[in-house]
Amino acid sequence: MELDGNALAGDLREVFAGDLTAAVFTCAGCGHAGAVATLRVFQPAPGLVGRCPSCEDVVLRLVRTPDRVFLCLSGATRLELSLDGE
Amino acid sequence: MVDTRWETKTARTLVLDVPEWPGHLPGQHVDIRLTAEDGYSAQRSYSIASAWPSDGGGTVELTVQRLEDGEVSPYLTDVVEKGDQLELRGPVGGWFVWREKQPAPVLLVAGGSGVVPLMAMIRARGLARGRQPFRLIYSVRTPEDACYADELRRRVRDDPGLDVHFVYTRKAPDGWPAPPKRIDVAVLNTHGWPPDFQPDCFVCGPTSFVETAADILVALGHDAKKIRTERFGGA
Repeated sequence: MELDGNALAGDLREVFAGDLTAAVFTCAGCGHAGAVATLRVFQPAPGLVGRCPSCEDVVLRLVRTPDRVFLCLSGATRLELSLDGE
Repeated sequence: MVDTRWETKTARTLVLDVPEWPGHLPGQHVDIRLTAEDGYSAQRSYSIASAWPSDGGGTVELTVQRLEDGEVSPYLTDVVEKGDQLELRGPVGGWFVWREKQPAPVLLVAGGSGVVPLMAMIRARGLARGRQPFRLIYSVRTPEDACYADELRRRVRDDPGLDVHFVYTRKAPDGWPAPPKRIDVAVLNTHGWPPDFQPDCFVCGPTSFVETAADILVALGHDAKKIRTERFGGA
């Protein structure tokens, strides 16, 4: 099943102080920049994998265990967040 | 869960009373987690259908479409009853949301149960007595598959700032001027806003629907930055 980065909001909210779906990522593979909400997300998988909508490289991986969360952002060269929460 | 109602034969609205709910913006969703006795758990995101009044005191309503092979949705549509408790996280999401202070006209494009977060935007505009004109283009298989049909009819009748156009993909009502078809350039061109109006566009539905609609909007001249999309799976 295919979803998008909007579906990551809840899990990312547990890691970050604010909403991350409106943050802008820059893909390390192709340089595309877009809202985290626009990442392509496929389920079911052992974790959540967000792929670049432009080149399909993996931008973000998030795995939850009962008491830990692992977040890998090696596919993004940067994240840009608004400071006013919007 | 304090109340429930069926919107169609397969879509059910759950009215939730969530302790210490902070309020929400239209377009936000909640994550619901079901846990079996053996510890196995499954989590899904559901869009909130209700609008939250600025002075509080609203309800949290989810409209869940039953997917026959789904792991979570059949439980929510057919098993949970009034009085049951659900494990919920939210509200979450800050990109696919509409805020009352956005002055632009709004185009909402819904495929099937993708209408849920868009309905929250229509309801929020109604609550806030927003002056921004809204247009909803709502693609459904048949007239029986349309959620909120009576409410939309009433809102359109009472509110000159809201237009709704249905697209029927399998079966149109008797007397409908066009045969069943999928959303296309003509529909979005005729029933959407001209790109010159720089509307805020929200598109929600299955992936193929969202891509088709968003591609058409860009081809018609809408700024890609003004188009926000949400793809759902939701089993």
